[in-house]
Amino acid sequence: MATIHERLQNKPYSEYAYATRPSKITLFWRRCLIKQFYMFFKLNFKIMMMVVKGHS
Amino acid sequence: MAKVVVLGAGISGHTAALYLKKLLTKNDEVVVVSPNSNFQWIPSNIWVGVGLMKPDDVKFPLAPVYKRQKISYLQAKAIEINPEGNVDIAKPFVRIEYVSESEKGKLENITYDYLVNATGPLLNFDATPGLGPNHFTNSVCTYDHAEKSWQNLKLALEKMQNGEHQTFLIGTGHPMATCQGAAFEYALNIAFEIDKRKLNHLADIVWISNEYELGDFGMGGAYINRGGYVTPTKVFTESVLAEYGIRWIKRAGVFKVEKGKAYYELLDGSKHEQTFDFSMLIPGFAGAKIKAFNNLGEDITSTVFAPNNMMKVDADYSAKPYESWKASDWPEIYQNPTYHNLYAAGIAFAPPHPMSKPMESPNGTKIFPTPPRTGMPSGVIGKVVAQNIAHRIKTGKNEHPHKASMAKQAAACIVSAGYGFTKGQAATMTVSPIVPDWEKYPEYGRDINATVGVIGLAGHWMKLFMHYMFIYKAKAKFGWSLIPE
Ligand SMILES: Cc1cc2nc3c(=O)[nH]c(=O)nc-3n(C[C@H](O)[C@H](O)[C@H](O)COP(=O)(O)OP(=O)(O)OC[C@H]3O[C@@H](n4cnc5c(N)ncnc54)[C@H](O)[C@@H]3O)c2cc1C
Repeated sequence: MATIHERLQNKPYSEYAYATRPSKITLFWRRCLIKQFYMFFKLNFKIMMMVVKGHS
Repeated sequence: MAKVVVLGAGISGHTAALYLKKLLTKNDEVVVVSPNSNFQWIPSNIWVGVGLMKPDDVKFPLAPVYKRQKISYLQAKAIEINPEGNVDIAKPFVRIEYVSESEKGKLENITYDYLVNATGPLLNFDATPGLGPNHFTNSVCTYDHAEKSWQNLKLALEKMQNGEHQTFLIGTGHPMATCQGAAFEYALNIAFEIDKRKLNHLADIVWISNEYELGDFGMGGAYINRGGYVTPTKVFTESVLAEYGIRWIKRAGVFKVEKGKAYYELLDGSKHEQTFDFSMLIPGFAGAKIKAFNNLGEDITSTVFAPNNMMKVDADYSAKPYESWKASDWPEIYQNPTYHNLYAAGIAFAPPHPMSKPMESPNGTKIFPTPPRTGMPSGVIGKVVAQNIAHRIKTGKNEHPHKASMAKQAAACIVSAGYGFTKGQAATMTVSPIVPDWEKYPEYGRDINATVGVIGLAGHWMKLFMHYMFIYKAKAKFGWSLIPE
């Protein structure tokens, strides 16, 4: 998302200038297939358990 | 033999109807009344709105499913509820108006033993002059709105390909609109499509929201355990917007739209304008326009429904200040307090109060989101209402062994931002419970270990997986009831 991203960052004292941005390693993990396969099963399991536990 | 009538065949009503049929005997009758002859998986409308799916990918006709399930289906809309019957009809009944081509305008009274109102939201575009697909902004709230939105977005993208600059305004179109998650997802998908075409330099994408802080999402925001810190969703949301190159206007109540221009008031009372070439703004929600009458024909709409037309249920509706709100104010069984054979499921029930702190500008304009009712609780409520009605029919007792308070249920919101096995990504957010419970969780209002906020490919796969899984379930195919709501 380079161009707009840079344009927003270049506005000092604007609110967007204070927003946190992902580091390169964070971006890497978001696309790392091994980690993401693990997350897919972990999140699915977590959500299914939440649905089941949320009502009686 | 009992007769249960379900109004609405959306996520909540359709779930209720399928479970009622499954739980009741062959002699009991389940009737569904819904004006739209299709079931639509609304969350995937976002992908219709950016041209990645067609309306046919997110909908299917209800009639064959109901025929197979032996559920009677009437393509009509409810216009009146007569919970005491009237001088001519001794039983409670609902008055419906057919909408199908062959029977358009025909009126009929359908008697019932139990009635489930699952009519969802009335998309109240009229509350904001100039708002909506018939005027100057787009919508992704239905598949046909989303398809029209895509046609307009495509034109904007073509103009950019010809070197023209375009401003995109996405967010809430009323000072008290909710469903920020859907608009947020659409904004990210537009940013992704623009980036994919390498047209960033020609785009200005603006997020406009009635939230006090971004990440409020109508649930008063949440805290997420991530990166070694307990972080408010404000940080998470601002980070995602900044990453996608989207600037934002918050605490804004859009009160009027003209061609290419939205007018809004900020919480400080100042009034502003934002021009746009393409806009998608979520309207305010109300309940379906259904009236109620007693057996003397007197209008009892205000007894059965709240002023916004959503149905009153077992919630605490007494007016209380924000500081006195409690998790126990929220309903558990969704039964109407006056007529005990009347239930409301999904968005159709009236919440006791907002979750976000009410805010008012010096001009007296209320600018804050009303509570969100996402698909997961809507489906669960539909199921629980069906289970309780089946229990009552089988035992003859006014008992409700099944409960599903939004102050106990969790919700998951998966905001996709891109598409493709390796290119897609999504922000997955879970909160538990949906309504903060400050007595049980004094520090953060919710269970911090159950609250998640992660971004990655996995979320996108989940969103796609859920698309196919829930459409499979809604088609009532083999093993459908094993799939959680
Ligand atoms: C674009 C978008 C994206 C979303 N994404 C997500 C998401 O990712 N995750 C999530 O959990 N939630 C999401 N939601 C919210 C989710 O779609 C709703 O919570 C859910 O659809 C509510 O279900 P419901 O059955 O109450 O209402 P609906 O699904 O709207 O169903 C209402 C039904 O009532 C019928 N009806 C209307 N008037 C009448 C009448 N007078 N008589 C009889 N029938 C009537 C309608 O035709 C319809 O069949 C999204 C919403 C939108 C708009």
